[in-house]
Amino acid sequence: MTLEADTLNSTLDSVRVGIVTFPGSLDDRDAARAVRLAGGTAVPLWHGDHDLQSVDAVVVPGGFSYGDYLRAGAISRFAPLMEQITAAASGGENALPVLGICNGFQVLTEAHLLPGSMIKNNHLHFLCQDQRLRVENADTAWTASYAAGDEIVVPLKNQDGQFVADERTLDELEGEGRVVFRYVGGNPNGSRRDIAGISNAAGNVVGLMPHPEHAVEAGFGPDSSAVGQVGVRGGTDGLGIFTSVLKKLVK
Amino acid sequence: MPRIVVDVMPKPEILDPQGKAIAGALPRLGFTGFSGVRQGKRFELTVDGEVTEELLEQARTAAATLLSNPVIEDVTRVEVLPEGSAEGEQ
Repeated sequence: MTLEADTLNSTLDSVRVGIVTFPGSLDDRDAARAVRLAGGTAVPLWHGDHDLQSVDAVVVPGGFSYGDYLRAGAISRFAPLMEQITAAASGGENALPVLGICNGFQVLTEAHLLPGSMIKNNHLHFLCQDQRLRVENADTAWTASYAAGDEIVVPLKNQDGQFVADERTLDELEGEGRVVFRYVGGNPNGSRRDIAGISNAAGNVVGLMPHPEHAVEAGFGPDSSAVGQVGVRGGTDGLGIFTSVLKKLVK
Repeated sequence: MPRIVVDVMPKPEILDPQGKAIAGALPRLGFTGFSGVRQGKRFELTVDGEVTEELLEQARTAAATLLSNPVIEDVTRVEVLPEGSAEGEQ
């Protein structure tokens, strides 16, 4: 390893990414692991606290916060820490990068950080499969390690995964390049216009239903990647999401 | 104890996957007279004492902010149940 790489690694290490845990969060540990594997420092955050602990970015992870009672994400959205996150994420130029994965995406829509909402899958079944996605926008805080048009394979596992919004909102998202991820190879849940993930206007807040944090380490990922079969659980296509934000924050 | 009832329904333009599944099951049981089903939610807010206009206003605000998501749902009713009403009694 060269000296330069060492320097980069130690710099990435200085980036602190907060992972929020709600009652019923499932994938907070996996998200923290993804941050560490990308080279950053993961900071556990508790939903009931009022302190963001000076983190440089935040991941709102997947799971079933509050058992999905009322609506997925509807109760978590009013957690004390969400107030700090919403304020920091709306802060203009230096707004806090925030990523919502699955239930985290649902929380961000309920918090009005992202438009639209998720309803039950059109086929009503819980779905768990490796899912091919196209990265439509590689200019967001969370996708800069990819090129627009790149395809990735990451797990998709949810029951309330059907993204819906009114036509005007959908046209706005498309027109402003805010569709960040789109399902490829068939629409798995009835999401409008095959949308798997979107961003806010500034590009610092991104939400997606599939789980990039489950495709970051060979041996523990999906059996395939965008290039095809990669050996048993060898897929690591999701890692780029986490390296994207670390590199952006180091710059 | 007085109760305020809040009804929330999926917006008409939103496909209601649960309602659709129920609509599919009805004819299998011989209920052939229904052309569609939409499934909503009913909340009962219990009040200790009298239901004032202020409390009712609180219920309307709660209905619009927490109990429903205006992107996908409409609040179709916020109403005080008359004292002694059998509706919804367990």
